[in-house]
Amino acid sequence: MSVDEKTVRHIARLARIALSDEQVAPMADELNGILGWIEQLKDVDVSGVPPLTSVVAQRLRMREDIVTEGDEAEALMSNAPQAEDRFFVVPKVVE
Amino acid sequence: MPLPSAATEFTVADARQALRSGKISAVELARASLQAMAAARPLNAFVTETPEHALAMAAESDRRIAADEPRPLEGIPLAIKDLFCTKGVRTTAGSRILEDFIPPYESSVTQNLWDCGAVLLGKTNMDEFAMGSSNETSHFGPVVNPWRARDSNQNVVPGGSSGGSAAAVAARLCPAATGTDTGGSIRQPAAVSGIVGLKPTYGRCSRRGIVAFASSLDQAGPMTRSVRDAAILLNAMAGMDSRDSTCVDLPVPDHEKGIEQGVRGLRVGVPREYRIEGAPPEIDALWAKGAEWLRSQGAEIVDISLPHTRHALPVYYIVAPAEASSNLARYDGVRYGRRASGARDVMELYERSRAEGFGAEVRRRILIGTYVLSAGYYDANYVRAQKVRTLIARDFDEAFERCDVLLTPSTPGPAFALGAKSHDPVSMYLNDVFTVTVNLAGLPAISVPAGLTKTGLPLGLQVIGRAFEEPIVLRAAHAIEQAADFAARPNRWWDAG
Repeated sequence: MSVDEKTVRHIARLARIALSDEQVAPMADELNGILGWIEQLKDVDVSGVPPLTSVVAQRLRMREDIVTEGDEAEALMSNAPQAEDRFFVVPKVVE
Repeated sequence: MPLPSAATEFTVADARQALRSGKISAVELARASLQAMAAARPLNAFVTETPEHALAMAAESDRRIAADEPRPLEGIPLAIKDLFCTKGVRTTAGSRILEDFIPPYESSVTQNLWDCGAVLLGKTNMDEFAMGSSNETSHFGPVVNPWRARDSNQNVVPGGSSGGSAAAVAARLCPAATGTDTGGSIRQPAAVSGIVGLKPTYGRCSRRGIVAFASSLDQAGPMTRSVRDAAILLNAMAGMDSRDSTCVDLPVPDHEKGIEQGVRGLRVGVPREYRIEGAPPEIDALWAKGAEWLRSQGAEIVDISLPHTRHALPVYYIVAPAEASSNLARYDGVRYGRRASGARDVMELYERSRAEGFGAEVRRRILIGTYVLSAGYYDANYVRAQKVRTLIARDFDEAFERCDVLLTPSTPGPAFALGAKSHDPVSMYLNDVFTVTVNLAGLPAISVPAGLTKTGLPLGLQVIGRAFEEPIVLRAAHAIEQAADFAARPNRWWDAG
């Protein structure tokens, strides 16, 4: 399990984190250090073992289908870096 | 027991007694903490101090006490890890991306504490998004451990990620604090700071309103100077919350009741895989001493095997970054949090806001998580890790057929110097080798201060229990606390000038 620079650029794009050209090679080294260490899991026999999905045995609860919160536009907008009339403002998306 | 002379020395139990008997007012108690916090700023334990909230809440507590209507934590001053959303009080998660975030709502756990009458002193520093074991990844700078090695002026780390909470409690800035524990972030800093730290069973405390890191592992818990105080706080923090679907709908027992019952007849498992090569001999010696303390109080010591232990950290470093990469996708520079300026399009806005807003360790973990979840690698990495996680959980199930609790060291060593491990991620990750298994299996565990190294730095012992058996864990921890009689304390070097 190791990543090359092309893969690092690809996953940085997927993760929406800008990496400068100078950051790519050091990041590949750092990730390979960690991934190389994680690789020891390949040696564990997991045949017939189900993946763990919940640590505490329980079923998801159903609740009454009613409105419990809402109509809090001012509160929801209060931390927006840029807003106008209860809209979040972003750079132009459609030409 | 007579009360200590200085209010800042009070445990939660002491403060409760002093407040109700009128020996001190809640406002006086809050003031004592606020003064200690101001004098201890060199520790950098707090990101935000909230003296106005503290004094207003304390005044309300004094009214309730005067009316003879005290709630369970009436007037008890607390520090809150800056991962818990506090309505109207900045909540940063130790990150630049949230440096100006003011939540419009309150986390369920802190709401429970305020409903019980507790008083907010401030928000404590932490590793960014709780990703770290030394509190050195915080955007607000590292926290300094109040402890130093004997005859040394070198600063050591307080552990992490709940390092600010650990330092604040250890330095007597407050009687107790909240923490969160995803891989050891309550127990590891508690151990290296000489205090008690309890990670409850997954689902015991609501996660609602706690900034999410790895949702299948995160759990809130108390950090205190006594086992009894951990029980008192857990009573208030725990409970069903319809707004966290993984929070269990089970009655909360009175955890304080019965902690003094002792360990006679209790079967204490000692897992042989926790003896690791290269650990300082002091760790093994303290562990053996802990087993002897419990044996001499009537417990039966059982040799236990947890064969998949050594795979726990690699599993954790797949599962936790995978969940983090998903949870942290919400920070997009649009709805809240920091936004990069001058982006020409939306993609650049996302990419630059996140690159500028997240620190190096968070970026690294998001990329690891994105990689292990990406097409073509998902089965080989993530699914395989979750299978090994099943084996780790089964190890515990089998062990708990032969014993009632497990006893282990809390950490592989004492607090280390600032900067000593920050250049090697994997060596940093190894600090959590004894704590991370518990999160993977969702179990409750506590770290209790048990002794000092030759150089005078604190070490802890960990007690692990079956799911929802916090009362038994606390009982065993109390027995260790009694036997260890840990009276050492940091000298107040930060107060000198």
